[in-house]
Amino acid sequence: MSVWEYAPAPESRDLANLQPKYRPFVDGEFVDGGGEPLTSINPATEEPLAEVGTASESDVDTAVRAARRAFEQVWGPMPGAERAKYLFRIARLLQERARELAVLETLDNGKPIKESRDSDVPTAAAHFFYHAGWADKLDYAGYGPDPQPLGVAGQIIPWNFPLLMLAWKIAPALATGNTVVLKPAETTPLSALVFAEICQQAGLPAGVVNIVPGAGDVGSLLVRHPGIDKIAFTGSTAVGKEIQYAVAGTPKRLTLELGGKAANVVFDDAPLDQAVEGIVNGIFFNQGHVCCAGSRLLVQESVAEELLGKLRARVSTLRLGDPLDKNTDIGAINSAEQLAKIRELTAAGEDEGAERWTSPCALPERGFFFAPTVLSGVEQSMRVAREEIFGPVLSVLTFRTPEEAVAKANNTPYGLSAGLWTEKGSRILWLADRMRAGVVWANTFNRFDPAAPFGGYQESGFGREGGRTGLEAYLHV
Amino acid sequence: MATASSPAVLADATRDETSLSRFLHGLPGVDQVGVEARAASLGTRSIKKAAKLWAIDTAISMVDLTTLEGADTRGKVRSLAAKARRPDPDRPDTPPVAAVCVYPDMAATAVEALAGTGIGVASVATAFPSGRSSREVKLADVRLAVEAGATEVDMVIDRGAFLEGRYGHVFDEIRAVKQACGDAHLKVILETGELATYDNVRRASWLGLLAGGDFIKTSTGKVSPAATLPVTHVMLQAVRDWYDVTGQLRGVKPAGGIRSTKDALRYLVAVREVAGEEWLTPELFRFGASSLLGDLVLQRRTQHDGHYSGPDYVAVD
Amino acid sequence: MSDRLSVAKTYKLYIDGKFPRSESGRTYPVTDAEGEFLANASHASRKDVRDAVSAARKAFGGWSGATAYNRGQVLYRVAEMLEGRREQFAAEVAACEGVPTAEAMSTVDAAVDRWVWYAGWTDKIASVLGAANPVAGPYFSFTVPEPTGVVGVLAPQSSSLLGLVSVLAPVVATGCTAVVVSSADRPLPAITLSEVLATSDVPGGVVNVLTGRADELGPWLASHADVNAVDPTGASAESRVDIAQQASGTVKRVLTVPGDDPDWTRRPDISRLRRYLEAKTVWHPKGT
Repeated sequence: MSVWEYAPAPESRDLANLQPKYRPFVDGEFVDGGGEPLTSINPATEEPLAEVGTASESDVDTAVRAARRAFEQVWGPMPGAERAKYLFRIARLLQERARELAVLETLDNGKPIKESRDSDVPTAAAHFFYHAGWADKLDYAGYGPDPQPLGVAGQIIPWNFPLLMLAWKIAPALATGNTVVLKPAETTPLSALVFAEICQQAGLPAGVVNIVPGAGDVGSLLVRHPGIDKIAFTGSTAVGKEIQYAVAGTPKRLTLELGGKAANVVFDDAPLDQAVEGIVNGIFFNQGHVCCAGSRLLVQESVAEELLGKLRARVSTLRLGDPLDKNTDIGAINSAEQLAKIRELTAAGEDEGAERWTSPCALPERGFFFAPTVLSGVEQSMRVAREEIFGPVLSVLTFRTPEEAVAKANNTPYGLSAGLWTEKGSRILWLADRMRAGVVWANTFNRFDPAAPFGGYQESGFGREGGRTGLEAYLHV
Repeated sequence: MATASSPAVLADATRDETSLSRFLHGLPGVDQVGVEARAASLGTRSIKKAAKLWAIDTAISMVDLTTLEGADTRGKVRSLAAKARRPDPDRPDTPPVAAVCVYPDMAATAVEALAGTGIGVASVATAFPSGRSSREVKLADVRLAVEAGATEVDMVIDRGAFLEGRYGHVFDEIRAVKQACGDAHLKVILETGELATYDNVRRASWLGLLAGGDFIKTSTGKVSPAATLPVTHVMLQAVRDWYDVTGQLRGVKPAGGIRSTKDALRYLVAVREVAGEEWLTPELFRFGASSLLGDLVLQRRTQHDGHYSGPDYVAVD
Repeated sequence: MSDRLSVAKTYKLYIDGKFPRSESGRTYPVTDAEGEFLANASHASRKDVRDAVSAARKAFGGWSGATAYNRGQVLYRVAEMLEGRREQFAAEVAACEGVPTAEAMSTVDAAVDRWVWYAGWTDKIASVLGAANPVAGPYFSFTVPEPTGVVGVLAPQSSSLLGLVSVLAPVVATGCTAVVVSSADRPLPAITLSEVLATSDVPGGVVNVLTGRADELGPWLASHADVNAVDPTGASAESRVDIAQQASGTVKRVLTVPGDDPDWTRRPDISRLRRYLEAKTVWHPKGT
C-alpha cells in the first residue's frame, strides 16, 4: 500500500445529462430510425448507457436526399461569410457544453476524463473555429478562384475519438460548402447525437448535417448510395480497402484515414526523460486506441537498457481505472471485441519470443481493461511488429545506425506517423526527410492541431485533414 | 548520509575539470516543451479528502519557515520560531515545520528559540544570495552559522563560475563548504532562475550531488523566477537518477514563490510520481517558504471544519 | 538522289535505362493511320511490368532525393533534346495520328513547351503546396509535399506525344518515378521519347516505357504492391473499374480522370502534380 494514495476524484456522471434513448438526426429532426436499435454500453462497467435508434435503408435515403436538398437550395448558395457564422456558433456551443460532452464521451468510450476534457472536446471545438474562418476565404486557399464544393459527403468515423473525428470530418466539409450524412461508430454514437442537438441550437438549416447511427451495414449503405458525391472514412485499413473497392468506377471522391504502425525512434543523444514521456504518450494515450500510436519503439542499442529502465519505472506510475476519475491515466478498452484482439496479438508476440513486461497496476473487476504492457526483444519479422494492435502494448526493437533506424521504421505498408528523438538538429531533418509517414513528430508525439494537416502514406490512406491542404478533400480541384 | 566520497561509478567524473565538464555535458538534454508539458499535466491531479489532509500535514512538516530580510530582528525570528513549533495554536495536532531558515547572524537566536523542539535551524551562507565574495569569506560565513548551532546550511553556488564553465571551481567550493558544515546538512542552492536553461539545471543538480550536497535547492527567493514546477521536476529526476546509480537518497528543496496549498500539492504529486514515494518525507523534500504555512493551516482548518476558514483565524507571523 | 535503302529502327521497351525486348518475346505490328505497316513494337507483358516497377523503385530514392533544382535542370534538358528531334517526332506523330505535318509540328512544339512548363515546377511546387502551420502551442510545424513513389501511368491512346508528355512530365517533376504504358496503336513517339530520356540526364529507371495494351497491363500495375499511384487515363471505361478495384488492395492513389479524351492542348494546371504528392507534416518543439 502506498504511503499516499490519491482518494477517488470522480467527475460527476450526472453532467453527461444522459438520456435513456437517443435517435437518428435526419433533415433537422430527431427521428425514430427504422433500424434495429442498439444499446451503447459503458466499457468501464459493461453496463448499458442508453438505447440508440439506428438508420434503415430508407432513413439513409431520406438523409441523403435532405442533404442534397440542403446543398442545392440552402448551404451551397449561401455566402461563405454566413456559413462561417454557423460554424463559429457551433464552435462556441461545443465550448459551452464542453463539460457535458467530456463526461458523455468518457462514459461511452471509456477514455479517461482528463483526455476527453483536455484534449478531445477542446480540439473538436478548435476544428470548428479554425474551419469557420476558411468558409469565406476559399479563394485564397490555393485552389484557384471560387473553388466549388463536391456536394453531399458521406462520412464514417471510428470509436476512438468519437466527437473529435466528427469535428475533423464535418468542419471542413461544411466550411467548403458541402452537406453531410455522418455515421458514428456503433459503440460510440452518443456524442454525435448531442452534436446534432448543438446543430439545432446553432440554428443550422435542416439537412446540412445528418447523423445516422448504426453498424457497418449503415456505412455500407452510405458508401453505395448513388446520391453521395464523396466518402470520407476514418477507421481500419481492412475496411478502408473495402470502401475503396466499392467506390471504384463510380464518380465518388474518396479520402481515407486508416491504420498505422508508427515507429518512435530514440537515438542515444535524445532528451531521455522527455523521450520516455513521448513514448508513454505515444502508445498509452487513449489506451493506445490511436491510429498514429507509436506502437513500435526503435531505440539505439547503446541506450536501450537505460531507456527501458526509465520507461518501466514511468509506466508503473500510470494510473489505470475508473475513466471518470480525474486522476486516471489509462481508461477502459472500448469493447470486449477489441480487448480480445489486443490479448491475442500480445500473446502472439510472447509466443514469437518477445519478453513481456506488464505494469503492476491492479485491474478493476468489471469492465474491459488491459494493463500497460511493454514487449521487448521484438523483431521486425514478428506479427506484433507488423500488425496494428490498437491497444496499450508497446513493441521494443533496437537499431545501431541512422540508416538502420530508417530502414526499420519504414518497413511497413503503413505510413501514418513517426516519432524522432535526438538533440541533433541536422539529424532530425535528415530523418524527417526519410520517414515515409504523413506526420513526423520530432522530440514530441501525438500533437494535433486544426492548422496542421494530418493523414497517411501508402496503406494508411490518402487525403489530409487539417490546414489548407485538408480543404482539398471537399473541393473540386 | 554518506557523502564523504563519490560512489565508485562516478569517481571518474570528478577526476579533473575536463572529466567533470565532459560528464556534465554528456548528461541527456532536457527538452523544455516536454518537461513543461509533463509538469502541467501532473499539475491537473485532483487531490481530495483524506489524500488532501495527509498532503497538507506532510507539506507542513516539510516547510523550512523562512525569513531572509534586511529588516530581520531577533523578535521577528522568535515569533517565527513560535509559529514553527505550533503552526495552528487552536489545533495542537497540527505538525510542526521541518526547520526555520534565517541569515547566519540570526542562527543563534533561532537555535535558542527552538531548543528541544527537534525543529531544525537552517542558515543561509556563502555570501547569500549572490555568492559574490571570496571563498574565505564564504567559508567564514558557514562557520558562523555552524558555530551558532545551525543544523542545516543552505549555500549558494557560484553561478558566475558555472556559467563560465568552470565546473571544477564550483565543485571544489561545494566540497569545501561541505567540509566546513561538519555534521550540519548541506543544501546546495542552484539559483535556477540565473541558470536559465533546464540543461543547466540538470548539470548543476548533478554537480551539487557529486560534490556531496545532501539537498539540491532551486532558489534563494531573491531572483525571479524562483522555484517552478518544471525546474523541480528536473531536480527530482536528478535525485532519482542519482539514487538509481548510487543507491543514495538525496533531497530536493524548491524555494520561493510557493504560496498556496494548491501549489504545494502539485509539488508533492511531482515528488511522488517523478522521484518516488520514498521522497515524501521532510528528510528528503522541503518547501522553502514564508507565507505558504499560513495557507496550509487555513486549508487544514477548512478540511477539518467542513467550511471555509478565513485569514483572521491564522497567525500572521 | 540515290535509291538507298533506309535503315529501319527496331522499337523496343525502355526499362531501367536500357532497351530490352519484351521478356515474353511478343511483338505486334504498328501501322500508320492509313493502315500501312510502320514497325513491330514489343508487346510488353506482366513480367515486363514487374521489371519496370522494380527499376522504378530502385531509381526512386535517388530521383526523389535529388535537389529540386537538379531535377528541374534534368527535365529542362529533356525539353532541349525533344526540341532537337522535332522533325522526327513530327513525322511519327503525323504517321501515327494521321494529321498533317504542320499540325503534327505544332503538337510537338506544344509537347516541348509542356515539358518546359513542368520542368520549371520542380523547385516551386513545394512553396506553393507547403505551409508553415500556425499551431496553438510552442511548436514549429511545417508541411511539405513529397513524392508518393512509383506511379503507373496508362498514357492516352490517341494523343501519342502531347498526351503522353502531359501525363508523364508531372509524375517525374514531383520526384516520383514512372512506369508508362504507351498508346497501344500509336507507340512510336513514346519509344522515341525513351531515346530522348536515355540520352538526356534522366537517371535510368526514373521513366520506364512499355508498349502494349493498357487494359492488359493496367490491372497488373494496379495490383502491384510496390506501386503507389495509378493514372488510368489510357484504359478503357471497363478496365478503369477493374484497375480502381485492384488498386484498393494496397490503398493506391488512383487519379480521377475524365471519361472522354481531354483536349491536351489546353493549358495545364497543377492538379496532376498534387495527385502525386503526399503532404508530410513535421512538428518540433521550440524551447531553450
